[in-house]
Amino acid sequence: MATAAKIGIGSAINRVDGVEKVTGTARYAAEHPVENLLYGYIVEAAIAKGRIVSIDEEAARAVPGVVEVITHLNRPHVAWTDHSYQDELKIPGSPFRPLYDDRIQFSQQPIALVMAETFEAARYAASLVEVAYEAEAHNTDFEVAVGEKYVPKKKRSGYMAPKDRGDAAQAFADAPLKVSGDYRLPPEHHNPMEMFGSTVEWHDDGSITVHDKTQGSQVVQGYLASVFGFSKKKVRVLNPYVGGAFGSGLRPQHQVFLAVLAAKMLERSVRVTMTRNQMFSHAYRPQAIQSIALGAETTGKLTAIRNEATTSTSRYEDNMENVVTWGLMNYDCPNADAEYTVAQVDTATSADMRAPGAATGMTLFEIAIDEMAYEAKVDPLEFRLINYSPIDAMNGTPYTSKALREAFQEGAEAFGWSKRSAEARSMRDGKELVGWGCATGMWDAQFSKTSASAKLTANGHLEVACATSDIGTGSYTVMTLVAADTLGLPPEQITAKLGDSDLPTAPVEGGSWGAASSGAAVQLACQAVGKKLLKAAGKIAGAPLGEATIDDVLFEDGCIVLKDAPTVRVPFGDAMRAADLTQIEEEETAAPGFGDMWKGMHKSKNTHSAIFAEVKVDEELGVIRVTRIVDAVAAGRIINPKTARSQILGGVVMGMGMALHEETFPDHRLGRWMNHNFGEYHVPVHADIHDIQVIFVDEPDPEVTPLGVKGLGEIGIVGTAAAIANAIYHATGKRVRSLPITIDKILD
Amino acid sequence: MPTAVNTATYAAVPIGTVPTTLTINGETRTRAIEPWTTLLDLLREGEDLIGTKKGCDHGQCGACTVLIDERRINSCLKLAVTLDGADITTIEGLGQPGDLHPLQSAFCNHDAFQCGYCTPGQICSAQGLINEGKAKTRDEVRELMSGNLCRCGAYSNIVDAVLDVIGEQA
Repeated sequence: MATAAKIGIGSAINRVDGVEKVTGTARYAAEHPVENLLYGYIVEAAIAKGRIVSIDEEAARAVPGVVEVITHLNRPHVAWTDHSYQDELKIPGSPFRPLYDDRIQFSQQPIALVMAETFEAARYAASLVEVAYEAEAHNTDFEVAVGEKYVPKKKRSGYMAPKDRGDAAQAFADAPLKVSGDYRLPPEHHNPMEMFGSTVEWHDDGSITVHDKTQGSQVVQGYLASVFGFSKKKVRVLNPYVGGAFGSGLRPQHQVFLAVLAAKMLERSVRVTMTRNQMFSHAYRPQAIQSIALGAETTGKLTAIRNEATTSTSRYEDNMENVVTWGLMNYDCPNADAEYTVAQVDTATSADMRAPGAATGMTLFEIAIDEMAYEAKVDPLEFRLINYSPIDAMNGTPYTSKALREAFQEGAEAFGWSKRSAEARSMRDGKELVGWGCATGMWDAQFSKTSASAKLTANGHLEVACATSDIGTGSYTVMTLVAADTLGLPPEQITAKLGDSDLPTAPVEGGSWGAASSGAAVQLACQAVGKKLLKAAGKIAGAPLGEATIDDVLFEDGCIVLKDAPTVRVPFGDAMRAADLTQIEEEETAAPGFGDMWKGMHKSKNTHSAIFAEVKVDEELGVIRVTRIVDAVAAGRIINPKTARSQILGGVVMGMGMALHEETFPDHRLGRWMNHNFGEYHVPVHADIHDIQVIFVDEPDPEVTPLGVKGLGEIGIVGTAAAIANAIYHATGKRVRSLPITIDKILD
Repeated sequence: MPTAVNTATYAAVPIGTVPTTLTINGETRTRAIEPWTTLLDLLREGEDLIGTKKGCDHGQCGACTVLIDERRINSCLKLAVTLDGADITTIEGLGQPGDLHPLQSAFCNHDAFQCGYCTPGQICSAQGLINEGKAKTRDEVRELMSGNLCRCGAYSNIVDAVLDVIGEQA
């Protein structure tokens, strides 16, 4: 039906916001010029627990240019109920309140904000604020905290309790082959390249415009309104460009609270930016211990799965993740049980970081699976196929689609897996040991109620808008392609707007639901415009489209075209002129259950991936290089293969960080992160990245979401570290059960 | 804990300014600059040249890379007053919308970024790399671009883009 030149869903086009990004004209939160701006610099607590006895601000106030030092003692009124501080994530507990009282709940907690006419004066004056504390005993050692692990009474929304089946304890006891052990993941920090920052414009009528680094402008709008007592109409939050977030911007962060607090108190425009060091003061991926026990027949058929995990949270909130469910869902095994608990440490509350729960729980589980494959003397890929479950084995429900088998086949072929020699330490390239490993990845295919508008003007320009965010995910481009596809216009004639709390309602961008949800909303809004166009065309003299209904026409090259007589074409402008319309604007909401989605209502919805990794390990030095990765992804329909590939590349690279580099170290005496900078918190760099191949497996799925889209933000990281860990075992014969796998663990 | 050095006396003394002449993207300007202001903060807060990004302020991430007299440098590590007479090129000086530099086009075509925050630094660094004339192969580009972090993980696309431009110029 479509002409060859048509650009729409499935077209690999350049990111539509690319030119702004490569020319430095894209303005991020801390980059909006405002007259008479004040700069705020955060003073952080030096102890992990206790109270503030006194704050000596005299020297700070004496610095020329300093306007105010804001602390819990002189701050303006803020809300006092926990409910007022709750955000969209609704984590059970008592959310942190900056500058609320004298209590210290974690090291690096913001305790004062120095306001000055220049950034430098604020920074210097902040160094002069002297704080006396009364310290209490703290514990930041998770290994100690797990002694008091517990199941939170109130569950976080989205938490899926594991379901046991059969008798896993007995089956494990009876199993001819057994693998069991404790697997560990350390705390990791998101470290987006842009530091958390907010620019607050104070207006004379007491309203504010907030440029914020967030994954959800409307979440921040709601939070600021409820915490500071603004009417929502008086708070507009903008985030058209976000310099990465990876989950750290799902909840309003404290710099936006502090910036608005200062703006309200001083009735001035304000900018507050965290330093890189201060970026370690809040969200981080929880530390985890996972105890996995697997039983199998000598054939490699799994007979028992026992999966227990504990992750870290703070003293004041119960952050929960889905850690133990993945292995139970993915593998055909008659007996399985699992338990998930949390344990409290004196840090800020842990947070969602790219594929929260799965990146931890599926990755560690996939290392155990590899161990069992060796125990059974079965090829690790073959082992996964022997235990393949076409249905969700934990919930007993079919999937809307699961092309993991195809992912294994295509990935293995691209990688050359069949040439692998089975034994560990059996492959070599000069001085380096070579290892090949594989793993499975899994994530949820989610959909969230989202609204969008579409506005067509008579000159043929279309604007689509939605309050979603583009944190590097490609949302602008996705919205553009869906609109182009639906109304048959070239991308150059379409503008996508997002990142503004004034736009049609959208949830926070996360969980990989963005493209599926905002894409569906944009499609609905464009279809509504299409219907109006057809109606308008009815006013054209002679009615060239006759009695055609919306099912009888298609939209192509800016024209309404009769499907049965494609030579009959009505340009949009002609139709609008005939009906005396200068523009057509429609807003629609896409909600779960729409289209064919109802058929999938009681089915499981997941993305899957098959990851293959090659490592080369210097036997003398223990240096590990990840020389090749093939990631075959089954994620439904791909809207833009170009940006989609980039999302997977990014997930794989972060998975390489998880495998080899990333770890935040606490100093337990001080209760403080030690390596809070890019010099000591290691992330992958150019030199670490070799050959990464991304494959998208064909997986049509109209039941999962209206567009058949499953989402790609998370799946790239899940399992990647396991494939690398398993390749390292194959290379060296050394099984490392705690990530990251650093040189010391190889040489140990 | 921050320690207060000479608090009583130093803090009360206005820091003063030093007249400094800089050529930025071909335009020469003289500014009264406080000695504690980095080139990065001068560009971003003083000149509204926000294309130069602050990612760490410690010379650890490369987001603030600019070219000074054709050489790439972390602008967060340079005090602006030490640059009197220097010729500075930022991302805004390399190319503009509608008139893109070859590296800017190549970055778009290879999708060599996601969030875009490290991008101006990557591009300025790549131009510095090309000026140095050392990198010819993929391995050399990877090694010599390793001071520029990209948390979105666009590394392989960035190298493809840089190699494209090096290839055109070779």
